[in-house]
Amino acid sequence: MRFLHRRPHLEFQEASELEGPLLEVEDLHTSFASPRGPVRAVDGVSFSVDRGRTLGIVGESGSGKTVLVRSVMGLLPPNVAERSGHVRLSGHEISSLSASEMRDVWGNQIALVFQDPMTALNPVVRIGRQITESLRLRAGLDRKAARETAIALLESVGLPSPARRLRAYPHELSGGMRQRVMIAIALACGPRLLLADEPTTGLDVTLQAQILDLLGSLQRERSMAMILVTHDLAVVAGRTDEVAVMYAGRIVEHASTRVLFSRTRMPYTEALLRSIPRLSQPSHSRLRAIPGRPPDLSVRSPGCAFAPRCPYVQERCRRESPPLRTAGPGHKFACWYPVGSSEGDEALASNLEARVPAALTFAGRPELRAGVVSASKSGAG
Amino acid sequence: MPEGPGLATSKERRRAPGDLAVADIGTRVVTGAGPVPPRVDGTAASDGRLQKRSRMGVLFWVCLAWVALMVLLALAASVLPLKSPTFQDYSAVNVGPTLHHLLGTDDLGRDLLSRIVFGSRVSLVIGFASIALGMATGGTLGLLAGYRGGASDTLLNAGSFVLLAFPPLLAIMVIEAFWGRSLWKLTLVFAVVAAPQLFRVMRASTIATANREYVVAARAFGSRSARIMVRELLPNVLPAAISFALIGVAVAIIIEGSLAFLGLSIALPTASLGNIINEGVQNNNLQLNPYIALWPSLYIFLMLSSLNLMADRLRSRFEAREGKL
Amino acid sequence: MRRYATTRLVQLVAIVFLISVLAFLLVHLLPGDPTVAILGPNDTPTARHELLAQLGLNHSLPLQYWTWLKNIVRGNLGASFLTKQTVTNAISVAAPIDLELIVVSQLMAFAVAIPLALVAARRPNKIFDRLATTSTFGLLSFPTFVVAVLLVLVFAVEFHLFPATGFVRLSQGLVGNLKSVLLPSIALAVGSVAVYFRLLRADLISTLQEDYVTMAKAKGLSTPYILVRHALRPSSFSLLAGAGISIGSLFTGAFVVEVLFQLPGIGYQLVTAINSRDYLMVQGMALVAAIAYVVINFVVDFLLTVLDPRVRHA
Repeated sequence: MRFLHRRPHLEFQEASELEGPLLEVEDLHTSFASPRGPVRAVDGVSFSVDRGRTLGIVGESGSGKTVLVRSVMGLLPPNVAERSGHVRLSGHEISSLSASEMRDVWGNQIALVFQDPMTALNPVVRIGRQITESLRLRAGLDRKAARETAIALLESVGLPSPARRLRAYPHELSGGMRQRVMIAIALACGPRLLLADEPTTGLDVTLQAQILDLLGSLQRERSMAMILVTHDLAVVAGRTDEVAVMYAGRIVEHASTRVLFSRTRMPYTEALLRSIPRLSQPSHSRLRAIPGRPPDLSVRSPGCAFAPRCPYVQERCRRESPPLRTAGPGHKFACWYPVGSSEGDEALASNLEARVPAALTFAGRPELRAGVVSASKSGAG
Repeated sequence: MPEGPGLATSKERRRAPGDLAVADIGTRVVTGAGPVPPRVDGTAASDGRLQKRSRMGVLFWVCLAWVALMVLLALAASVLPLKSPTFQDYSAVNVGPTLHHLLGTDDLGRDLLSRIVFGSRVSLVIGFASIALGMATGGTLGLLAGYRGGASDTLLNAGSFVLLAFPPLLAIMVIEAFWGRSLWKLTLVFAVVAAPQLFRVMRASTIATANREYVVAARAFGSRSARIMVRELLPNVLPAAISFALIGVAVAIIIEGSLAFLGLSIALPTASLGNIINEGVQNNNLQLNPYIALWPSLYIFLMLSSLNLMADRLRSRFEAREGKL
Repeated sequence: MRRYATTRLVQLVAIVFLISVLAFLLVHLLPGDPTVAILGPNDTPTARHELLAQLGLNHSLPLQYWTWLKNIVRGNLGASFLTKQTVTNAISVAAPIDLELIVVSQLMAFAVAIPLALVAARRPNKIFDRLATTSTFGLLSFPTFVVAVLLVLVFAVEFHLFPATGFVRLSQGLVGNLKSVLLPSIALAVGSVAVYFRLLRADLISTLQEDYVTMAKAKGLSTPYILVRHALRPSSFSLLAGAGISIGSLFTGAFVVEVLFQLPGIGYQLVTAINSRDYLMVQGMALVAAIAYVVINFVVDFLLTVLDPRVRHA
């Protein structure tokens, strides 16, 4: 398999010479204009990803995670979305680049794997061309070399009879195959950072595992950094080094995966963990959904965004928005009454007495926290 | 035939991407825009009233006023204090615009203003009346057929196919050549030719609305057909219908004008606008007195622009917002 | 696919058949006695009677229709009683003119409309788009004959660049031919440009919102490339359908231009035939024009199916 590097206009340091993180996002804000006022889809997000590491970003639909990904990449046109903050790639500030300059970054440095391959692949263009066009136009390969590389790429993503598939149209392939093609396209120009936006949504569980395994192995082979965006915590368990949980456009907890699963602090994360259905539960158990709905991102209330649905909520939560605090090395969270602390326990107990609905739903079964910890021990890697 | 596979009953017909109804394309060809799917439900209306974007716009009302004024003028032509359109005043040949002759005179000394007003009578009557007739017949049939479906719908649909396949211009020319060229005969011919097209367009619109949830819901509640049609269907199909009708009028005016230009429209000495333009082109008049051709052309241009604009505004104002953000 | 093709073909035949009935009825059911026109001053009852018998007009309608149909199948569409020219001959002389007009004018229309739409759709509702949309909208409000008159005024009368009338056959020289066809083609193209622009622009704008366009952007491909190689093809369906209708109706719809510029195309011949009550000619030409319209639309429909691979394999 060949790596293709074209000397871009901007000189990005070779990844191996790198010091410091590959990607740095600092206080990123993205908002859209709407008739009811600005919608703050990304409301002050900061994180960084080192070379070769995987970050998982988890959140419900409406948490702003897809917007975050596109905003980091700079794909949102300026007349549609207002963006502020910093995004640095290998130390270079890419958030201030123009569209034509960003074109050097897209595909070559950062690649995006879209959520739905049926809509992300052009239905009237053959698969082969959708792969080779970036090879020929960005990497300057001639037709023959591009074709061979395309075949090699398809092989590396596990697509059977790749040479034949080159002439196929997207609708002739199954969902899993399409997703593999998407990955192949993303990897064509050898990017250093791969953003995967819900790469397995809509696929059945076996395929999910295959695709995620594939992504993992490709990442290791190419020493890429990867950001895995999903709404499903089960996806990030065991496949990511760090996890950031997003809610209402902000990161509410960020920790290494093991720590996130075992020493959860933020109630939202806890609720997400509890909502994962487990085989160990007896059949016909009720699914532990989180009551309520994600907040309207055009309205910014002063307190914590999760307050209306939180089992631990107190007066303070509604008045003041909690800042990100450190709970341990590399573990940040935003909560006034965190899980597992004395304040948290008291808050939950008083809510149960006061018959706060969220707390009641939460306490549906008594073996709550114990169940969470033991399940995560067996599930997390 | 641009219609999709089969003359099958259309209501549940799955549309393939290349499968475009003649009706849709016919309208698109004229407006250059998509067909007018009617409004979805009440919420759009209630929001609409608050939002600036969804008002009709000043231009719309200006155009409406202009068209209404022109129609009134044309209808009231005989009672207005206009000079005779046929009187040839040889002392005032090819006079430019003066107080006495507001738009000037032509090469035979006839007052251009009154010629144009009387000429517009023909064009506007044929245009509006024929489409009104066509809508009343073809349009209503389309509404009924689209809503009821079944055998009658299939039959009517097939019939409209065939009728539409026949070049309309040809039909008009042949019929009026053999039958006669009085005003009402022409109007009738135009109406007959327009009816199938209006039928298809209304049918497509109705089908699009009839499958919407609220109609199905009304049915489920047990409302009678007629009631459903009037209360649910009609208000939503109406803007589309008016939009199509306006375009139809524009097209009719163009066709009548083209025929008149060649002397194939109303029999002389009554002159339609197209006739006047033709006179303006003959005998070197374009150089001697360009006003003869200029004023009627301007009139037609303004009339067509107004009609197109109104139709466009109606369409965009009432277009259903489907699909993503 | 094959089943689809055969169904459509059967439909086509059925429609053509029905059209022939229509064309026949149209001419024969209308009042107006052709014999009057033919005989002119020699109109006596006996002469009329003879002529009726000769022309077969004294038979019943269905029999007349059947005779006509039989003749058509044998390739005999009848002849003009005036010029004694066979209808087929007249058509074969006139049709190439129409074809040339159509080809040239539509090529011009596409050459203008497509780039305009591509640029306009890129930034909808910004300056270029507004300008383009308004001006094409204005074009829509100019009937073809008005445009033609203006063209003649400017180019033929004022500047003597192009001939105001007359058709020069290809056989008589390419340059002369093109010159005689240019102004009429422009007149025809103007109307089409507006329509094509709006059709294509609308589709392009919605296509550009698709995920695969964002994906192409995320691959680092340049905007012109994305527009032409990714967005254009999925957006051209309405355009093609519209072109089909335009072209199909241009056979007769071009008659204004033909008469004005004295180009002896089908429209022109038709007008002459109608005016002289040459009913056989009218019938034959009507049939051919209608068939051309239907066939073209079928072809376009077919092409649309072929072009969209989703439908092909569905």
